[in-house]
Amino acid sequence: MKSIRPLMNSISSNPLCVELRDVSLSYFSSGKHIHALEGLTLSVRQGEFVAIAGPSGCGKTTILKLVAGLLPPTKGQVLIDGHPVKGPQKNVGMAFQNPILLPWRSALENVLLPLEIVEPHRQLFRNNRRAYEEQAHDLLRTVGLDGFADKPPYELSGGMQQRVSLCRALIHQPEILVLDEPFAALDAFTREELWGVLQALWLKRRCTVLLVTHDLREAVFLANRVCVMSKRPGRLVYEAVVDLPRPRSLEDTFKPAFVDLVHRIYEYIGEVRV
Amino acid sequence: MSEETQKRLRSVIPPLVTILLFFIVWEAGCAIFKVDDFVLPKPSVAFQAYLQWQHAIWPNALQTLFTTLVGFGLAIVSGVALGALIGYSTLLYQALYPLLIGFNSVPKAALVPVFVIWFGIGTIPAILIAFLIAFFPIAVNVATGVATVEPEMRDVLRSLGASQFDLFRKIGFPRAMPYFFASLKVAVTLSFVGSVIAELGASNRGIGNMMVIASSRFEVPLVFAGLLVVAAMGIALYAVFALLERRMVGWAYRSSQ
Ligand SMILES: Nc1ncnc2c1ncn2[C@@H]1O[C@H](COP(=O)(O)OP(=O)(O)OP(=O)(O)O)[C@@H](O)[C@H]1O
Ligand SMILES: [Mg+2]
Repeated sequence: MKSIRPLMNSISSNPLCVELRDVSLSYFSSGKHIHALEGLTLSVRQGEFVAIAGPSGCGKTTILKLVAGLLPPTKGQVLIDGHPVKGPQKNVGMAFQNPILLPWRSALENVLLPLEIVEPHRQLFRNNRRAYEEQAHDLLRTVGLDGFADKPPYELSGGMQQRVSLCRALIHQPEILVLDEPFAALDAFTREELWGVLQALWLKRRCTVLLVTHDLREAVFLANRVCVMSKRPGRLVYEAVVDLPRPRSLEDTFKPAFVDLVHRIYEYIGEVRV
Repeated sequence: MSEETQKRLRSVIPPLVTILLFFIVWEAGCAIFKVDDFVLPKPSVAFQAYLQWQHAIWPNALQTLFTTLVGFGLAIVSGVALGALIGYSTLLYQALYPLLIGFNSVPKAALVPVFVIWFGIGTIPAILIAFLIAFFPIAVNVATGVATVEPEMRDVLRSLGASQFDLFRKIGFPRAMPYFFASLKVAVTLSFVGSVIAELGASNRGIGNMMVIASSRFEVPLVFAGLLVVAAMGIALYAVFALLERRMVGWAYRSSQ
C-alpha cells in the first residue's frame, strides 16, 4: 500500500478554502440572546479533512450552517475561497445524523435530487438525465450500493441510507462537504465500515471536508486535523494534526501511533465531555 | 389459491362476520322483545321493504350519490388549493386559520334553511352541504402535509439555491399526498352524510327525501331500508377511496411499517 505522505504535505501549501475570522454568533429566541459562538477563528485549506469535536451545544452545527451560508455571523467574517459568504452556498454538500431520504423516491432518485435544484444542472437535467444517472450509479458503486439503486429508502438499512445520503451530498461535485455527526446513529460495526467508505470517497474526490463528530476515534481515523471546541460560547481550544499515512485501515486504529493520538486528544479535553 | 388472494380473503372475513352478527342480534332482539315493526322493524322486514321498493330506492340513491360526488369533487379542488396555499405560506396560514375554524364550527345542518332561502328546494343545497362538510378536513390535511418539511431537508435544498416553490414542488406536495388521500376516505363519507341531511328538508329527490316521505306515510320498514342503503353506500365509498389511497401512496404505508 503506497503512502500518500507527500500529498498530505502538499495540502499544507494549498490555498485557504474556508476561513472563519473572529466569528461570533448569537441566536435570539424567547426574548434571550444565546451566544453560540464567540471569537472563533478557523482556517481550512483546500482538500483538507478537518474534524470538529466539542461538548454538546457548543456550536458545532452552527459552524457548519455558517459555512453553508444558511446563517449570517453576528460578528466577524466567513470566507470561502477568499470571498465573503453572502447567502446559501451551492458548492457545499451536506449530510446529517438523520439521512432524511424522501420515501417516495428510489435510492437513485434521492441521489439525483440536488441536480434537479442546483444551477447549472437544473437546466441540463431533463436532456441529460442518462448521463446524470450514470454519475449517480458511479457514486452508489463507490459506496457499495451497486444493486440497490432502484430500492426505496425503507427497504435499505440505516447504514445503507446513510451511504445514499453521502452520495446525495456529493452528486453536484461540491468543493466543500459538511457532515454533522453522520454516523452517530449507527451501530459500531456499521459506523466503522462507513469510515472506510467516507475515506474512499474523499480520496477519490479530494474535496474539503468539515466533519462534526463526538467520536474521537472517528475524528482521528478520518481527519488530517482534529479541532476541539470549548463549551458554549464555542471557541477553538485545541488542535491536533493527524499525519498518519493513508489510506488508513481499521487495523491501524489499534496501532500505538493511532491510540496515542486519540489518547492525547482525550486527555487534553479532560473534564470537558466530548 | 395464491397466497395473496388467501390473505385478502382473510381480511374480508372478520368484517363480514361482525356485520352478520349485528343483523342476527337485531333480528333476534326484535323477535324476543316483540318490538313492533312500526317502531323498529326487523332487518328481514326492512330487507323485504327494500325488495319491494328497490325500483324507487335506486334512482333516489343514485341522485344522492351524484350530489355527493359533485360536492365532494368541488371540495377536493378547492380544499387542495387552499390547503396548499396555507401550508405554503405561514402568513396566509395565520391569516386564514381562525376564519376556517369559525366556518367549520357552524353545524352544516343549520345552513340548510339558509341555502333553501338562497337557492330554493332542489339539488344545489345538497351539493353545497356535501362540499362544505368535506372541504375543511381536506384543506387541513393538505396544509399539514405541505408544511411538514424536515429542517435538515430545508437546509440541504436551500443551500442548493432552492426557491420556496421548489421546496413545495419537490418536498411539500408529494409529502402531502398521504395526508390528502387519508383525508379523502373520511371526507367522502362526511360528504355523503351532508347530502342526505340536506335532502331531508331541502330537496324533492334523493334518498334523504325518500326517507322523509316514507316516514310521513308511516312506512317505517322503508325508512330502514333507506338507512341500510345509505350505510352500504357509505361503506362502498370509503372502500373505493381506501383502495385508491393504497394505490397512490402505498410508499407511505410501507415506509411506516
Ligand atoms: N435556532 C436556534 N435558536 C436558538 N438557539 C439555538 C438555535 N440553534 C441552536 N441554538 C443554541 O445554540 C447553541 C449551539 O447550537 P448547535 O446546534 O450549534 O450546537 P452543537 O454543538 O451542534 O450541539 P450538539 O453536539 O448537541 O449537536 C446551543 O446551545 C443551542 O441551544
Ligand atoms: Mg449539532
